[in-house]
Order: sequence, then structure tokens, then C-alpha cells
Amino acid sequence: MNPELVRLLANDRTETALPDKKPTYTRAEAIAEAERCLYCADAPCIQACPTEIDVPTFIKKIATDNVRGSARTIFDQNLLGYSCARVCPVEVLCVGSCVYNGWHREPIQIGRLQRYATERATAAIAAGQAAPLLARGAPTGKRVALIGAGPASLACAGTLAVAGHAAVIFEKRALPGGLNTTGIAPYKLHADDALREVAWVEALGVEIRAGVEIGKDVRGADLLAEYDAVYVGVGLGADSTLGIPGEEGPGVVGATAWIEAMKLAPASATKVAAARVLVVGAGNTAIDVARECALLGAAEVTMLYRRGAEDMSGYAHEMDAARREGVRLLTHAVPVAFLRDAGGALVALRARKDGAEIDLPCDLVAIAIGQSKIREIARELPGVAVDARGCVVADPRTGQTGNPKVFAGGDCVNGGKEVVNGVADGRNTARHLDALWSGDAIAVKESA
Amino acid sequence: MADLSIDFAGIKSPNPFWLASAPPANSGEQVMRAFDAGWGGAVWKTLGDPIVNVSSRFGAVDYANAKVMGFNNIELITDRSLEVNLREIREVKRRYPKHAVIASLMTETKDDWRVLIRKVEDSGADGLELNFGCPHGMCERGMGSSVGQEPKLLREITSWTKEFAKTPVLVKLTPNTGDIVDPGIAAVEGGADGISLINTIKSLIGVDLDRLVPLPRVSGASTNGGYCGPAVKPIALHMVAALAREPGVRVPISGIGGISNWRDAAEFIALGSTSVQVCTAVMHYGFRIVEDMIEGLSTYLDEHGMKSVNELVGRAVPRYKEWGELDLSYRVIAKIDAQKCIGCQLCVAACQDGAHQCIFTGPGDRLRPPQAHHPGTAAAPRPQVMGAIAGARLPWVDEPECVGCNLCALVCPVPECITMEEVPQTAPSETWNDRVREGRAKVPGGIHD
Repeated sequence: MNPELVRLLANDRTETALPDKKPTYTRAEAIAEAERCLYCADAPCIQACPTEIDVPTFIKKIATDNVRGSARTIFDQNLLGYSCARVCPVEVLCVGSCVYNGWHREPIQIGRLQRYATERATAAIAAGQAAPLLARGAPTGKRVALIGAGPASLACAGTLAVAGHAAVIFEKRALPGGLNTTGIAPYKLHADDALREVAWVEALGVEIRAGVEIGKDVRGADLLAEYDAVYVGVGLGADSTLGIPGEEGPGVVGATAWIEAMKLAPASATKVAAARVLVVGAGNTAIDVARECALLGAAEVTMLYRRGAEDMSGYAHEMDAARREGVRLLTHAVPVAFLRDAGGALVALRARKDGAEIDLPCDLVAIAIGQSKIREIARELPGVAVDARGCVVADPRTGQTGNPKVFAGGDCVNGGKEVVNGVADGRNTARHLDALWSGDAIAVKESA
Repeated sequence: MADLSIDFAGIKSPNPFWLASAPPANSGEQVMRAFDAGWGGAVWKTLGDPIVNVSSRFGAVDYANAKVMGFNNIELITDRSLEVNLREIREVKRRYPKHAVIASLMTETKDDWRVLIRKVEDSGADGLELNFGCPHGMCERGMGSSVGQEPKLLREITSWTKEFAKTPVLVKLTPNTGDIVDPGIAAVEGGADGISLINTIKSLIGVDLDRLVPLPRVSGASTNGGYCGPAVKPIALHMVAALAREPGVRVPISGIGGISNWRDAAEFIALGSTSVQVCTAVMHYGFRIVEDMIEGLSTYLDEHGMKSVNELVGRAVPRYKEWGELDLSYRVIAKIDAQKCIGCQLCVAACQDGAHQCIFTGPGDRLRPPQAHHPGTAAAPRPQVMGAIAGARLPWVDEPECVGCNLCALVCPVPECITMEEVPQTAPSETWNDRVREGRAKVPGGIHD
């Protein structure tokens, strides 16, 4: 990657104050953990992975110190195996399916082992100590434009490049990587590590044009004319708002906007030390913001949720961690209005709870009730339809939209799932196109 | 509580657990601490002309997260002077008169043996063990296993020592030989009062793949060493049993080779050992392991109605038979416990790829492979059985096709999940030797005939 991109990151980003919750394994730790793996046949962890990584095989290779081979096994299925290792909710995917759980033994730490293998192998390659694991394939003449440089597009573009198809990603932001760069909780992944992974994908022969917005700088029609296929991996739009009195003004922020500032902007932009923070919502983004504020020294952090804890969409293991970090959860509480003083400063959030109205004093409120959909992209690309929710309609197997030349995947199709789901989507589309163009339609992979 | 005391060819010991002649029995200070911990005897690190050792000396084989499954060393006999060793033996015997102290010896000429035996017996040692087993270093000088591998020489030197010795003479055998019975009989013919086995197996423990130098590395090279530890136990058990059932060997046996706990010890004793010697497990965990060995063996004897450890000696030897005497009509098959199975399916992989293709998963009958014993279809259980933990991943056994090989039970990580259960025997018992006698020892069509 253009090393200038990493330099665009502020040195005093707030996120740098939050170290890894799960630091990278040493060689000794990795081998000891890898040796615990039973090496199940037809292993449930493979089935639990949206990208079907051959987990027992890559773990066995760590045990034999074949780290490069281990990384190759991971990348065969998932080019973003490094970030997935760090950001996947493994507790509900591979690790959650480990047979040790049923036996009441500690499950294998698959995410940490995957990080060990991918981090070591790619670092050795980046440092010039090892030959590249994968390289750009012999050019086929086919060209694909990809909109948005998030996980889905990166996985799609990398897979296409290795197969020899030219892949050009258009990203409206200055920094590529999508949510991996702008939205992952820092104790899981920092922006600079996300950008290093983008560099690994770029090194496969992918071109990234950052700061270029489709529909503004380049027209969708031009892409359709110039390229053999167009991939839409634009993710989601701006944070949704509550639409209640007093919402406009200082002290009320959208959750993903705040996270992006905390990760990328200088620390002064996101000071929460000693502040009273309210987070509206109970999804995983809400839990992320709450945990981040608690870890950054907020005086108190309370999540407000309009329903009961049993209805939360956030993961139980994440909420447990948040509670351990001091986050409180206020259920059956519906925001009514923001109260501000004469100068416009935020004073409290008024909420309805149990039939009564309560005022919750606060300095900062983060709204984490979802994100808008980027409907404009459908207007740029004729034939592409969006459903009632605003999600792009695409074939779940191939990603093909109503326009046979246009494919889509990731959050803009599924409405907001995990990085690994986006990676699976992008890879599957790339495999589909490659099979199509190589005249090997039989090789089109059936994928769930 | 069962009586653990033994009388080994006249050598009395409070229990059958002895330190083998090795680093743990290198000095009086160690041997006395071992006796305090509970060891019944010690075979002193081999005495002879002091040698010079190299650095490094040991290597090990690990398996998964288990350390030191196998152990190898290139250390030689004692590097301390005979006088110091003898003074310490005298002190140990003075302070621990009821414990067994046996001196391991290694030297060359008949006169050397005479002088060494006189000095050692003067120090108060209870017996002698002739080191005819060491397979590294000393054998290059014409001693150790170079004697143990030549039955005539072994018999000759043993008979010299018997001319001089007043205390019992044990001969320690090397496993680095074609048939252990030959040196065993030679030792008895030479007058040995007892036999110790096995000494270590000649070995190279590994290779440093960066330097391309074998291990353990001594500067830019290595040499073959002696292999021991848990990995060698089956080899040692066989050799002990082979001598125990040999009519030409009617002397007590001291069993050695990978003994790490009371269960190992009980197995060696059941196959004919009167005492057992331990080295690697002590080098790994220290003298303290003997407490469990004493308690465990004692409890085992109590639970099996044996008043003395001597009642266990050789009890399994009559059941060690030639293959031709085994019952061809006996059959066990694998049963998988639906409550315990965790769904790892290691049994499926092992059976399909490494055994007889009779464990499957999922609903639906399966077509047996062409090599099946019974051509046709493997019938899946109906309705499909769900495991308490494994759910739909619970494997099932095609019982008619199961040959009872044990492989699935051996690879299953969950204790008692897969058991091998006896099938009621319908055909009369018959051995291969029976068939040979009756002229039915050819099976031209193999299993399908």
C-alpha cells in the first residue's frame, strides 16, 4: 500500500489509549494452544465460519511450526483472515462451536491462533523476509470496478486479482478499509493494523482509488461502460437519529461517527474522561461505544434500551464484558427529549420508563440505533433494486443484482452483519465471476 | 495394608521401588533424600574408572503438550572418584541399613573386576549390578552393551564376578540385541543371581534442523545415545515377560523401562518383575513420585485380595501366549456412548482411513466399500440417535462390519465414551494352532472364503 496512507492517521488518536484485549500470542503460547486442538474430523468450527476456513488444518500447522502454511490455509478461504481473527465474534462462531464447550472444557482460542499465523506470515512478507504467499494472476483482460473499500470489496478484489482479473476499488473516504479502519473497537483492532491489511490486499495487485465518490466524482454509468462488472460494497450510511426535541446541537453524536472520530481524529475530538455518557441502543455498536467510553475514563456510562435485556441484539458476551467495565444497562427506557440550558449545552436526556418520565443528567449522548441505507447507489446503477429496508437486493450465492453486470455484498445487502460475512460475500462473487469467465461454470461454488 | 517388602535374591528391600543406576542415584546425598521420600532401594550410578562427560547430554521427545514421552542421554558412568562413591555408599548403608543399595559396576579385565568387587563389597553394598547394557560411549571402549550383545562374553564375565562376589550379582541386559532370551540365558549360565532389564535403547533423539546437527548437540556434532522413558515401556514389558516365561531363566528379575507410576510398576511385576527400577520419571518430576507409587500399589493389592506384592509377581505371565494360541472365535465390537460423545468424529476419521470403514455419521444407510467383510449396506439407526452433547454429530457403528480392533476407543479423547463390548460367542473356541493341527491353516480366498 501507499505508506502515505498510514501517515494520514493522527499520532494522538484516542484509540491508541486502548490496548488489545487479546494480545498476540507468543510462539510458545500459540504452540501450546494449538496442541490442545483435537483436530476434529468434519469439524464444527469450519461449518460455523462464514468463510469455511479449515480451522483444524491451520491450527495443526501452527503446532508443527509451519506458520506460513497455516496462513496459506487461512487465506485460501479468507484473504482478510487477519482482521477477521481480531474482530470476529468467535464466541458465537468458531469458538462457540468447539466440541470442548459441550465437554465443559475451555474451547480452543481459534481467533487468537488465526491472528498469530496471519500476523506472523504477513509481517515476514512485508519485511521482505519471506516470499509472497499469493500473487496477482496472469492477466485475463477482465476488469472489475468495486465501490467502497470495505471488507466485502477488499475480499472480492483480492480474490479477483489472484485469478488475474483487474480490480479497481473506488473509495470516497481518504482511507480505505471500511469499518475495519473506521469502526472496530480499538481493543480489537487499531486503524493502522487495518491499513496494513489493506496493504496486503493491495500487494496482490488490487488498485485502490481513495477520495473518489461514485455519483459525484465518477458516474455509475461510466463504470458500467468501462468495466466488465461492478461490485457494490458500500456498507451503510450515516447514523440514524431519534427525531426528538433537542437532538440537534453539541453533546449528541451518532455512534459510528463518534467511533470514527475516536479512531482516526486527534484525541481532542473525543474527550470523555470524567463525563457522564448515555448510549441509546443495545446493539453491538451501542455496546462498543459504551465500553470505549468506560475504558477511556468516563465517570459513568449507561445504555438506554427501549425493550428488555432478553431482546437485545448485542452479543451477551460483549454485554458481560461491558458490565465488567462498569457499563450499566437501563431497560424499558424510551428517550423523549434532550434538555439543554440557556446556552444550548446538553443537561439531560428525558426518558419514559415504567409509565413515568425521568431526567438522566449527562454530558454526552451517543445514538446507536442503526444506520441509514445508501439508497443513492441504486439510482447510479440502473437495474439495481433496494428492498423495503433499503438493502440492495442481491442473489445470496453470487451477489448478482437486478443488473446482470452489477454485484453486491456485505452490509449494504445484509443490513449490517459481521466483517466475516462481508468477506464471504465478496469472495463468493469473485469466485462466481472467475468461474463464469474461465468458462468453468461447474466450478461456481455453492455457498450458504 | 499389603506387605510391599521384597527379598530379591537375598537383597532385602522395604518396597519394590528402586532408583535405577542413573543421574538420580549419582551421590549419597541424592540417594538418602530418595530413601527419605520412600524409595526402597537404589542402584548406584555405575562405578568404574571415572570418565569425562560432554555438554549437553540429554534430549527428549515431546508429544503434543506432553513433555518427555521419550528421553535419551549421552552421559557416561560416574565422573566421581571411586573412593568418594564408596565412602558415600558406606554412609548411606550406615544411616539406612534396611534399604537396598546395589552398586552398578563396569570395568574391563578380570583383575579389574576382582579389585572393584572387593572394594565395593567392603563399603557395605547389598549387591552388585553388572552394567552390560550402556549403548553409548562405554560400548565403544569394549564395555557396556558391547558385552551384553555377546552372550559368550557376557557369560564369561558374569562367571568371573561370581568367583569374587559374596553379595548377589545382578546382570543388567541391553535391549539392543536380536532376541533378549539369548543374553538372559547366558547370564543365568554365568551364575547371575538376578537379571535387570532393560537398559536404554540405542538412539538418535532428533536433529536440529537449522544447524543440521543431531541432538543433543555438543558444539557442532552429536552422538548416539540411550533411549528410555514412557515411550520404551512396551518394549521393556515384552523383554521382561519373554525372560519371565523362559524355563531357562529361574532368577528374579528387576524390571526397568518407562516406569512412571504404580500402574506401570504393577504391570512389570505382573509380568515377572520382583523389583522395579525408575529413572526418567524421577528426572522429570523428582523423588516425590514414589509416594503415589507406594500408596497406589498397596491399594491395588488390597483391592485384589493380595496380602503381599510377592503374590503379584508373574501373575500375568501364563497369559502371555503365542499368537497361534489366541481364540479366533472371540469378538468385541465398539459401542459409542451417546451421552458422553462430544462429536469430534476422530473415531470416524480413524475408522474410515485407518481401520475397517464401519463408523459413520448422519442419517441414512451407507453402501459398504468393496473391501467390506460383508458386502452390502450399512444400516443407520432408525430413528437417528442424537447425542446428548454431540447432537447430530454422534457417530454410529456398522456392527456387523466392526472387527473389534480398538482403534476408535484408542483415539477417542473422552474417557469411557467408546467401549469395546463382547459379542456372545456362538462358534466354539478355536485357535490358529488348532487349525494347523487340523489341516485348515490355508485360507486362499481370505476373509471372503
